[in-house]
Amino acid sequence: MQYLPNESMVDAMLEEMGLTSIDALYADVPESVRIDGLKLPPGMPEQEVAAEVEGLLSDNVTTQDFLSFLGGGMYDHYVPATVPALAGRAEFYTSYTPYQPETSQGMLQAMFEYQSLVCAITGMDVSNISMYDGATALAEAALMAVRVTRKEKVVVPVAMDPEKRSVLGNYLYGAGIEVVDVDYHPDTGQLNRDLLVRAVDEDTAAVYIENPNYFGCLEETLVDIKDDLGKTLLMVGTNPVALGILRPPADFGADIVVGDGQPLGNPLNYGGPTLGFFATRRSYTRQMPGRIIGLTKDADGNRAFHMALQTREQHIRRSKATSNICTNENLNALAFAIHLATVGKGGLVRMAQASANRAHSLARAIDAIEGFKAPLFGSSFFNEFVVGTDHEVGELTAAMLMEDIFLGVPLTRDFPDLGEAFMLATTERHTGADLDDLAVALKAFHDGASNWFAGGDL
Amino acid sequence: MEYHAARHNVPLLSEANEEQDCCHIVEEPDFDWDLFPSSMRRMEGPPIPSISEPSVARHYTQLSQMNFGVDVGMYPLGSCTMKYNPKVSESLAAHAGIVRLHPREPEAATQGILRILYELQLMLAEIGGVPEVSLQPAAGAHGEFLGMRLVRAYFDDIGEDRNQVLLPDTSHGTNPASAVMSGYEVLEVPSKEGTVDLDALEKAVSDRTAAFMLTNPNTLGLFEHDVLEIARILHDKGALLYYDGANLNAIMGRVRPGDMNYDIVHFNLHKTFATPHGGGGPGSGPVGVTEELAKYLPVPMVAREESVYYLDYDRPDSIGKVRSFVGSTGVLLRAYTYIRLMGGDGLRRAAELSVLNSNYLAHRLKDHYPMPYGSLRKHEFVLSGSSMKDKGLRTLDVAKRLIDHGFHPPTIYFPLLVEEALMIEPTETESRRDLDAFADAMIKIAEEAEANPQLLRDAPMKAPVGRVDEVYGARNPVYCWQDMEKGG
Ligand SMILES: Cc1ncc(COP(=O)(O)O)c(C=O)c1O
Repeated sequence: MQYLPNESMVDAMLEEMGLTSIDALYADVPESVRIDGLKLPPGMPEQEVAAEVEGLLSDNVTTQDFLSFLGGGMYDHYVPATVPALAGRAEFYTSYTPYQPETSQGMLQAMFEYQSLVCAITGMDVSNISMYDGATALAEAALMAVRVTRKEKVVVPVAMDPEKRSVLGNYLYGAGIEVVDVDYHPDTGQLNRDLLVRAVDEDTAAVYIENPNYFGCLEETLVDIKDDLGKTLLMVGTNPVALGILRPPADFGADIVVGDGQPLGNPLNYGGPTLGFFATRRSYTRQMPGRIIGLTKDADGNRAFHMALQTREQHIRRSKATSNICTNENLNALAFAIHLATVGKGGLVRMAQASANRAHSLARAIDAIEGFKAPLFGSSFFNEFVVGTDHEVGELTAAMLMEDIFLGVPLTRDFPDLGEAFMLATTERHTGADLDDLAVALKAFHDGASNWFAGGDL
Repeated sequence: MEYHAARHNVPLLSEANEEQDCCHIVEEPDFDWDLFPSSMRRMEGPPIPSISEPSVARHYTQLSQMNFGVDVGMYPLGSCTMKYNPKVSESLAAHAGIVRLHPREPEAATQGILRILYELQLMLAEIGGVPEVSLQPAAGAHGEFLGMRLVRAYFDDIGEDRNQVLLPDTSHGTNPASAVMSGYEVLEVPSKEGTVDLDALEKAVSDRTAAFMLTNPNTLGLFEHDVLEIARILHDKGALLYYDGANLNAIMGRVRPGDMNYDIVHFNLHKTFATPHGGGGPGSGPVGVTEELAKYLPVPMVAREESVYYLDYDRPDSIGKVRSFVGSTGVLLRAYTYIRLMGGDGLRRAAELSVLNSNYLAHRLKDHYPMPYGSLRKHEFVLSGSSMKDKGLRTLDVAKRLIDHGFHPPTIYFPLLVEEALMIEPTETESRRDLDAFADAMIKIAEEAEANPQLLRDAPMKAPVGRVDEVYGARNPVYCWQDMEKGG
């Protein structure tokens, strides 16, 4: 067995210990539950496994094979070649939590830098080194807001990913925290500020606002919402790429900023692993979940890094910890940092501008086609927007698949009020020709469908 | 030649700013700021440094050289199962068939990955001895959280109001933290000679007990030999038994949690199934349950009808979701690859050799360090550094000195039951030569403690930095380079 270096030395090692068989090592396992082995296929040589798994992976149709406008929280941005090359160094990826700082300085410095980059784009004071994903980062933010304020209610928008809302609900369920959902304006897709302000009362720990929101719309109400919140905390969810051209949440008085870091450095990977970023005000540092890297010095006075404030964490504080998180998404945070280090300020701005521009060009092109309204909402958007249509979205999606196009995220099931609607997302990867291809295919579908309709049953 | 880690003076990215123009991303010449409300525009990009690619490459390569991983040397971090991560898993995980696969694609386009995930569900179910497995949780602790959420769903459903979760005093910190996050009060059950004290358990269990969380083998490396009796005590009172799968590596293919009458089982794929630890993550923590609890598992489950795979959201009693999408697919793919490489027999053999290696190492060290609690170990064992106290030395000093000998230190000061604990888990992928070298180093350190204790106090001397001053960092908090610029 290629991964078991001592296979040929088993007898010698047993003998040295005065044992005669491996079975003796399991003498304390009750006989009634011992098994002879597992009913699994036998092991295979690497060559065969590689061929089989590659075969299965090749069965998948990827965003490289088809033209894709899928988003809804995960975006197919270009990942610079430095990211896999450098994050793929085995010294990084085969290490673990830096409990021993002296021998983990490389990752510790990289994570200190990651925290600094998150602070730079969000404008916040402190960042941890990651949560599991954007959804759990929001859930942990809500739990932190409850700890900070000792209040038991959070207010969230209806216009959020229903899966994220489910995660939030599960995280708050055990603690008995109430969640109030505030609707959006049917015309703008933006949060209804009046309803939001009315939902906030003295028991409210925090409100959550996404910018851009799930529909891609910018939440202009965010700019001065803090004026209406009193002591209620403001949690802001955002897309890190958008922060290349959008003012940072700190400018609007955000108390906690969260989001999924996937758009930077982390490919789609069929949904994970990604990372949740989490940043807050300095005064709440001790209430933060997760690991925080700090600067210190070594015995000779040299610069050194370490895990700071470990007394918040489960391995020290156990039942009184700020979170149960132990293993996090460290390597994904490293990829995020390497991406930003590689493209720099100018590159992030380019990513944001290109992603937004493509979306706006696409919306104009689609709006010109009969049977479609794009964007459906009359508000500003970043790189994703809702399209309303006269057609049945399921049929449309299937028809686009025939054209080698992944249309976008259908909304009809989760947001029936929108009627037949779907979302399209773009990144800097999309070319002008890609946008034309989709517009042409949608027009052809519409024309084909109406021709067929006009032609009756001929 | 003696070990010495690389020492580089790597500036922070903020100190390396070269004001470079980006050349990795296409330029957007006619960007129209009027697309955005003026109140939201960030006209000047965020303050992040702009560095040329050669400088970035050198930055991270030098940092990597100041980082110790399993590929560098033995990493016997107890409870963490730092085994070798097969390279083929990495190359397969870089395949465009997963890297460029969007989780919202229609199922017709994702049959390959769905088949892999479906088979992984079945394989983990077989390994765990449970009928159904959800791949969703992102780590062990996340699996625990899901497990506790399922416990709550179950008691809600049968209309019982139970507010306590029990755990042994050897339990990992995530166990109580997960239980509390799920709204439970936790009660610690003392151990007797290193395993659960049945009398104490019997006294602690009541009709307020929702579950007992039990790692097996436990964090002392001892098999909880009374596990069947433990399960009976819990079940008699209507409570559930939870398996923390962090230590499954010791028993895979020899005994299954489900057969030991556990109700909920989590797997730790970054430990047992050889997926890389990534410097602290990502991981993956699938959860398996009994037939009775299966209906509460999160959506979606990966299902099959005829030969077509699909995501099953049609589970009316499901608790919903604990993270976005199906799970950490990149990690799941690596675990699948590992199981296919090893096969059923290989997994069993891996468990056996992990226990062999651990007992061999314990045997080599038992005359040199106090080793409380029992003699037969599973995949890990716990020593004590307490015998060096009279020299003014602590376990921390032993750990730091191990770095100078070219090893990653074991887990220290855990479990709490052992004074000055050193928790050592060599794993099956360490060769006898490396085990012997580690044992020799530990013995040498015990001698150094007698002959020249200052060597231990000054350690490490061959690491990228000297002993890190944790107190200074605590007194002068600096968590980002912006703090430094403010003179922090
Ligand atoms: C015994 C035990 N339980 C639970 C955990 C938590 O697992 P994870 O770090 O994957 O969340 C660990 C790992 O660190 C552990 O050793």
